[in-house]
Amino acid sequence: MEEAERKPLSGLAKAERLVDRLWAPLVSLTEVVGVHLQLLGRAGYWLAKPPFRVAVFLESAEFIGVQSLIIVAMVALFVGMVFALQLVSSLRQFGAESFVGATLGLSLTRELAPVFTAIVVAARAGAGMATELGSMRISEQIDALSTMAVNPIQYLVTPRVLAAIIMLPLLAMLFNCVGLAGGYGVAVWYEGVDRGVFLENARWIVDSRDVLQGLIKATVFGCALSTISCCQGFYASGGAKGVGQATTRAVVGSFVTILVLDYFLTDVILIVQSK
Amino acid sequence: MSDEKREGAQIQIRDLHKSFGEHKVLRGVDLDIERGKINIIIGGSGQGKSVLMKHLMGLLKPDRGQILVDGEDIVPLDDYALNRVRRKFGMLFQYAALFDSLTVGENVAYPLVEHTKMPKVEVEKRVIEQLASLGLKNVEKKFPAELSGGMRKRVGLARALILKPEILLYDEPTTGLDPVATKNVDDMIRDISKDTGVTSVVISHDMASTFRLADRVSMLYEGKIVVSGTAKEFLRTDNETVRNFVEVSGAVEMPARGAQ
Ligand SMILES: Nc1ncnc2c1ncn2[C@@H]1O[C@H](COP(=O)(O)OP(=O)(O)OP(=O)(O)O)[C@@H](O)[C@H]1O
Ligand SMILES: [Mg+2]
Repeated sequence: MEEAERKPLSGLAKAERLVDRLWAPLVSLTEVVGVHLQLLGRAGYWLAKPPFRVAVFLESAEFIGVQSLIIVAMVALFVGMVFALQLVSSLRQFGAESFVGATLGLSLTRELAPVFTAIVVAARAGAGMATELGSMRISEQIDALSTMAVNPIQYLVTPRVLAAIIMLPLLAMLFNCVGLAGGYGVAVWYEGVDRGVFLENARWIVDSRDVLQGLIKATVFGCALSTISCCQGFYASGGAKGVGQATTRAVVGSFVTILVLDYFLTDVILIVQSK
Repeated sequence: MSDEKREGAQIQIRDLHKSFGEHKVLRGVDLDIERGKINIIIGGSGQGKSVLMKHLMGLLKPDRGQILVDGEDIVPLDDYALNRVRRKFGMLFQYAALFDSLTVGENVAYPLVEHTKMPKVEVEKRVIEQLASLGLKNVEKKFPAELSGGMRKRVGLARALILKPEILLYDEPTTGLDPVATKNVDDMIRDISKDTGVTSVVISHDMASTFRLADRVSMLYEGKIVVSGTAKEFLRTDNETVRNFVEVSGAVEMPARGAQ
């Protein structure tokens, strides 16, 4: 009897503790997401107010876009190449070699290009933005902007987020082209897949909706990674160490967010496109 | 500026409260900042002097209370409206807060470029004049990182002065400077005040320079202004905390209690 009474009780206590332990991180996660969305909202609000910071925007576009060209192209080239290698070796087993071009094209445009581009940019430009804004915060340069009647969000965050939103799909497009070229090179010249079959199948299966899907993702990822990086830097505290932590959080946060968003975006886009 | 406008308080702080989480920093600050005078705020470390100063420009929002700048309450204003009020202010940060990606010249020119349509040649001329008036020559092309702490402070001051603000805020302008540099900064604050008639608000740890400079002295303690008045009135206070704080510094002599 006694045991029977104790068991559900301890079970209840356990459940309570479990709820507590799950609840606390959930609350803080909600808070963190809230802070980011609020910053994004304010960046959008200030976009509508004059003046538009053309110089900072161009500088950010150069930093995020132009300076990422070479590394994005490099990554794209090797991702395309290794993917072709794997595809040829696995599809050959089913005698489906002719689908190498199509599969490569689909994977690149839908998934590989947006995700890899976003990750490369997050690691490069995201970390850079978090460090820059973080050091500006701890040396009171952000407060100094406010005292000079310049809104720091409008001056620092809005142009960076906008630049990322515009540059990411362009970089993803570059990724598509270079990746496809790399894959073509490996499949056709190295593995001896028929050139006509590779191209014909790719063209037949991959259509503009696949490309569009990838570019939409890239745009969303660009918005996410720049908001996260700016937010971490903008609200950094605690000296040089704090800036280091902000940078780490910006990169890790961007990676996780990109992959989580990727899943849900894919789900939504596939449902919408299948209609 | 007309003569009667020069009288009285330019900033009135009324019952200002501010907490960070559980930590109550300001607990009902009442203070008048006199127009055209040097107003000095003293107080121990962590008493909330910087927090109070950040409220004056709307960098922080109070939990409760009013801040009237020329009679206008700035507490309810949003960022966009605040920018209009902020143009009356210039602020010198403790570590100057220069933009390290810009040259010294670009730093000083920044407010002009932001808020005026002045042609480039004119801007450059003004920048050089402003720097020279603070004893800095041939530094426009340098980056802040190449300057000493004292020079950086003067560049920060040049940047704060370039738009000829009505109110200048100094957050611990002399902390971390040697005695000679301290004297120089003090002289600068006095000269600027005399020459331009600007309203100055100075946060200070340095008792000697406080009583050398101040038209009015106020002490912040446990979230409130405990004593406020002219330097003479201030030194005659009966408040134990204040007497301790001033006497410990050894820099100024307190008259005996109750002395006239
Ligand atoms: N943004 C903030 N978030 C949380 N707490 C803060 C913040 N700013 C200040 N505080 C706290 O408020 C208190 C007062 O800080 P403040 O910087 O105003 O002190 P101070 O009087 O200027 O000291 P010091 O003379 O050392 O500069 C401190 O305990 C500080 O920890
Ligand atoms: Mg301080």
